[in-house]
Amino acid sequence: MTLKEAIERLGLHVLTSEEVGDAKVTGGYTCDLLSNVMANCKTGNLWITMQTHQNVLAVAKLKDLAGIIFVNSRQPDEETIQKANEEHVTVLNTDESAFSISGQLYQLLKEP
Amino acid sequence: MVSHYDLSRTFEIKGRDFSKAGYVSINIKEILRELGIDPVIVRRVAIASYEAEMNVVMYASKGEMALKLNPKVIQITLEDEGPGIENIDMAMQEGYTTATDEIREMGFGAGMGLPNIKKNADVFELKSTVGKGTSYNIVIYLNSKGNV
Repeated sequence: MTLKEAIERLGLHVLTSEEVGDAKVTGGYTCDLLSNVMANCKTGNLWITMQTHQNVLAVAKLKDLAGIIFVNSRQPDEETIQKANEEHVTVLNTDESAFSISGQLYQLLKEP
Repeated sequence: MVSHYDLSRTFEIKGRDFSKAGYVSINIKEILRELGIDPVIVRRVAIASYEAEMNVVMYASKGEMALKLNPKVIQITLEDEGPGIENIDMAMQEGYTTATDEIREMGFGAGMGLPNIKKNADVFELKSTVGKGTSYNIVIYLNSKGNV
């Protein structure tokens, strides 16, 4: 599953301006504790979180994540979006809860 | 790809400046990646250096991180000027934290930082003087698998 497909199938809103490439989504990880994400999130994962401050970007870069999904329609501030664009981190949001979007992504990734 | 390297770099970390937090570690990760270091090793170094860097940002006034690299070993050292750690044994326990509510609301200060460093390092030495600062010595062997 590519990031592009995942965005389409899950109806995610793309908040960053860079075109979404064909990077592979290897899985997902749902957590709001940054150290836990650093420890356990895998390369190419989509990170599902309610943390919208700019420090999530360094984590995404260090872990080579496919992107970050902010849940419950949460919007980061302009500075975070701008920095995400500069750092080439794909930042997304959804109206769904963390529970719901995690379940949907899980099902999607299980598809043959 | 470089097959032989000897490298030494130092980086300044500003305490309490969340806007730059993590970027020393990103820098280190990029250096290692460009040298063609095994991605598994690079990830372990990134986790360890990030946690150490964040400790400076969260608790100290400033710090200096050094990266040293030879064909066998990656060493990260960090000296900070800050409050120090009163009880290192306690601080090494998962879940123990002295972080403020504000820091914890940002998803930091969950008491996982030092244990994360320990898990990813082959050698981790921590020394601290209360009221002065903390020093870290983190060593990762290029041929090791770690404790993860």
